[in-house]
Amino acid sequence: MNENLLRGGLVRLSVEDPESLAKLVSQWCADSEYSRLLDWDPARRASAKTIQKWFEKQQENNDSHIFAIRVLDDDRVVGEIGLDGIRWTHRDCFVGIGLGDRACWGRGYGTDAMKVILRYAFTELNLHRVTLDVFNYNPRAIRSYEKAGFVHEGRQRGMLLREGRRWDVLYMGILKEEWLAANGQQ
Amino acid sequence: MSIDTPLFEGRLVRLGTIDHEKDPAIVSAWSHDTGFMRMMYLEPARPLSTWQAKKKLEELEKSLEEDKNACHFRIRTLAEERLIGFAELTWISWSNGSAFVRLGIGAPEERRKGCGREALALLLRYAFSELNLHRLTAVIQEYNLPAIGLFKSCGFTEEVRRRQALERDSRRWDLLHFGLLAAEWKENAR
Repeated sequence: MNENLLRGGLVRLSVEDPESLAKLVSQWCADSEYSRLLDWDPARRASAKTIQKWFEKQQENNDSHIFAIRVLDDDRVVGEIGLDGIRWTHRDCFVGIGLGDRACWGRGYGTDAMKVILRYAFTELNLHRVTLDVFNYNPRAIRSYEKAGFVHEGRQRGMLLREGRRWDVLYMGILKEEWLAANGQQ
Repeated sequence: MSIDTPLFEGRLVRLGTIDHEKDPAIVSAWSHDTGFMRMMYLEPARPLSTWQAKKKLEELEKSLEEDKNACHFRIRTLAEERLIGFAELTWISWSNGSAFVRLGIGAPEERRKGCGREALALLLRYAFSELNLHRLTAVIQEYNLPAIGLFKSCGFTEEVRRRQALERDSRRWDLLHFGLLAAEWKENAR
């Protein structure tokens, strides 16, 4: 039995009060690139209060698992990661991740957080697979997802229009058996 | 096709609205057809009473009023205005010009007569020539061969295969995404 499911090599996942996480997310979204990497809806500014209400709703919902990503070195919150849209009868769900603190990009924190949440998804929630989508203007994320074990499953052509260009939405997935083969019995 | 070519009317069917008096009983009957429900939905098949169906249709109409990011039509026979299915554009992203498409013929006696094909053709024309969307996505279970055949024959191509995303009858099935671009639709329509 792994007694510390939520701890990785570089980061740990924690659940924060809606108010404190919302303040951070509102700051992160001031960086429009953060919003554009995360969501295909138009980037906009939302107040901490609005985001707080959204987190409150999520925390009242048993099927939503949203975590803050804390760096082990200094316990700072640098991002968010969550499982969403769990279909219990099919044991499939989506995962989404964002590192709001730019100083933390390219250090392996995102890949580590993804590995932690996959272990939680497969060994505690007993899901069969985890799905994500990512935009083709985000090669850093794609590389991280590949490292975490995700397999390319296709692309929706020209799904996004940004900066006058069409971009694809890529789908990736990982099956429990693939995760087990790569990670063994943890 | 021109400005005066009807958007909502074909030779067999029309794209209509909800009839809150008559439709609930029909929707309730369809929901007892588990074969149909498993083709149309990922959620576990679960029959609805007429009362439940009526409430669902009322909620649907209310959400369509509020959200503005979906267009739902009831497919009706041209002759008798009888409800036989539904055709929907959902998750419309106006800034990106993309949406998801769903279509079902609930009335078993109206299947394989070309009603679904004609309704889909009307829906595509509406999406591309009236809403000016750039692309559509259809999400279809690997086992739904009639739908795969219909969407492919209307020009959709397989873009994504979410491996083993579903479990039914004790086995895993893939979930497929099919895509159609406005340019491809125009090319096919010529």
